Amino acid sequence: MEAPALEVVDTDLLILGGGMAGCGAAFEAGYWGRDRGLRVTLVEKAAVERSGAVAMGLSAINCYMGMRHGENQPEDFVRYVRNDLMGLCREDLVYDIARHVDSTVHMFEKWGLPIFKTEDGRYKREGRWQIMIHGESYKPIVAEAAKKAIGAENVYERLFVSHVLTDEATGRATGAVAFSVREHKVYVFRARAVISSAGGATGVFRPHAVGEGLGRIWYAPWNTGSAYSLAIKAGATMTQMEHRLVVTRFKDGYGPVGMWFLLFKGKVKNAYGELYEDTQQKAIAPYAPYDKVRPIPTPLRNHQMLTDRAEGRGPHYMRTDEALQALTMGLDPKAVREIESDAWEDFLDMTMSQALLWASQNIDPAKVPSELTLTEPYLMGSHSSATGAWVSGPEDLARDGYFWGYNRMTTVPGLFAAGDGVGGSAHKFSSGSYTEGRLAAKGAIAFMTDNPATFEHDPARVEEITAELFQPYRVFEDSCGRSTKPDINPDYFYPKQGLHRLQKIMDEYCAGVGANYITNEPTLRRGMELMEVFKEDMAKVAARDRHELLRCWELRDRIWCAEAHMRHILHREETRWPGYYYRMDHPKIDDENWKVFVNSRFDAGNGGWKMSTHPCHTLVP
Amino acid sequence: MPTYVNPDKCDGCKALDKPACAYICPNDLMILDMVQGKSFNQEPDQCWECYSCVKVCPQSAIAMRGYSDVMPLGASLTPLRGTDSIMWTVQFRDKRVKRFKFPIRSTAWGSIEPYEGMPEPDPALLGDPHLCGEDAWLGVDTLPVPAGAAPAGQRG
Repeated sequence: MEAPALEVVDTDLLILGGGMAGCGAAFEAGYWGRDRGLRVTLVEKAAVERSGAVAMGLSAINCYMGMRHGENQPEDFVRYVRNDLMGLCREDLVYDIARHVDSTVHMFEKWGLPIFKTEDGRYKREGRWQIMIHGESYKPIVAEAAKKAIGAENVYERLFVSHVLTDEATGRATGAVAFSVREHKVYVFRARAVISSAGGATGVFRPHAVGEGLGRIWYAPWNTGSAYSLAIKAGATMTQMEHRLVVTRFKDGYGPVGMWFLLFKGKVKNAYGELYEDTQQKAIAPYAPYDKVRPIPTPLRNHQMLTDRAEGRGPHYMRTDEALQALTMGLDPKAVREIESDAWEDFLDMTMSQALLWASQNIDPAKVPSELTLTEPYLMGSHSSATGAWVSGPEDLARDGYFWGYNRMTTVPGLFAAGDGVGGSAHKFSSGSYTEGRLAAKGAIAFMTDNPATFEHDPARVEEITAELFQPYRVFEDSCGRSTKPDINPDYFYPKQGLHRLQKIMDEYCAGVGANYITNEPTLRRGMELMEVFKEDMAKVAARDRHELLRCWELRDRIWCAEAHMRHILHREETRWPGYYYRMDHPKIDDENWKVFVNSRFDAGNGGWKMSTHPCHTLVP
Repeated sequence: MPTYVNPDKCDGCKALDKPACAYICPNDLMILDMVQGKSFNQEPDQCWECYSCVKVCPQSAIAMRGYSDVMPLGASLTPLRGTDSIMWTVQFRDKRVKRFKFPIRSTAWGSIEPYEGMPEPDPALLGDPHLCGEDAWLGVDTLPVPAGAAPAGQRG
């Protein structure tokens, strides 16, 4: 193998990942850094115009308070999020997002994002926290602002970031290493502060699909968990890595259900016409006091559907037919057409394949209902789940152990996080993730102003990482001659084959769909044994080209996520979120012992994981 | 529903420095076949059907065929994306057709001035909780703090 080209880029602030959080970080950093000659650099695996979870578009902004009209206050939002997370959240972080998020959304509108309006000029609400948008170009609009903010020449696209670099003596984050997905080249970034705004993790679990549809999962398949692997490898303390997201969506197309529930007042009924949320109230009674919370927390609604299904009462249908017939009764054809258009736009803005699925199955939603299902698990910190790094909150909202100098800084000095990468704080969605990127950027600029030193990277460390980066090429070159068919070789496997191995282990041992979301300590321990062997074998993952090299590194991301997820689930000896996963050896919520955060830290020095707990404080009564 | 490329329409974006689909695909799937000079999807089972390549293709050469393990054949979903709106044509398996048009942007492309109207940044406010421009954009006079807490700093 030829030696790769090497480019060293010196910058002040380095942003890893150009999704919503990364674009928010670029925007805010560009402001505070201008007039001071601070260089802000953004690195993205794809093209910022269509990258991250919002690449495809969105039909709603799910986090908007509407404080200017007194619609909601941050306190209301904290109570809602706390309940949905079954009592456990970083209230300082959630509050902080809520009090700032409106300013973000108002700017989006000014920049050109079309937002539905009511007759009196307010944003049209889909639900209490949600507003409706024409969001096909949401990401291109936000990307345009980010590029203008920091200068398009400071946006590096098609680079996969594999490692955050830290200074050995001080532990401080000093940059990152990336490889190009377009040429044989390594990039070393030197920075005074780093923000990880990378994505959450899909593909850790075996999905529902069995063949070509493997990519039709609910969350973006290119979000492979860098948000977690980068932080873990850098030695950051992580929190709630046992948490996960499993959501109810339209079956197979994974179309959103929010508009149907909230705006169209759609009801989900089982095959026998029963409203399972009512008939299965008994199923969630053991999880008091959360069974009485309204809206019913997401995991408990999942639990109701799973129970109903186990009792033989599926399939479950969104009664689009009944909802639309009720909504359109007595309306003139133009008004009916508008409602139909809203219903289709909900999919066409953000999950086009659901629209194609309707078309391919000849489904007219006004006439026939559509099946729902529960997804495979995802690890993410931006939706109704809260995996991620343990970060400092803002000083003015500080509680014991929640603040250490700079907003959104991880426990690694100079390494900040935002979006999917911040734990303990769910329900940010697109607008909140962007806002959190802004918060992290302001914190990072403050940090580098107080700590202006720069660091040289250890050339030996960079060389070591470079060798590791391209190891899959060498594996292939060295061994491909051992078989008449390169796909079956005793000395290597391809990343796709490795992905299937990971997904099978996680599905069967770590409470995936195939295990009905159930596990226990012995099952987890057996899964961890299999994972250890798999990790050994990862020295033999092979790549034939740059695309496959990218997949090798994405697989490594996912393995870090999987390992953290298993260790955290093992540590938390209760079932805090039934419907997300069940520890059947500890099947109840145990507020007395476990109303605490489970945190972990990986020590690269000895390869060990240190588990701990941290008290959960109340900010809003 | 992976993308497929119509060989009669794809010209490999000869006029551009790289094929538009390969530039835009968020999952590194679209790639140029150097022999044929045309694009293809190199890993269909990792396609999210995000339509980014379909929308960007200057030749309208890219379409979707529903996932083979999920979708019956015969339907199609085709976008036509302009500067301020997008038109979708939905053709059902039974040949019914529906068309929808939605706005996508209310301002001109390239028109964003991110810091328009904002004051020059004051480094003394770096420790203050306000974000840039919140004076104008938050919509309320005071950045909220929980009941009983001290008021939140000065304005940015």
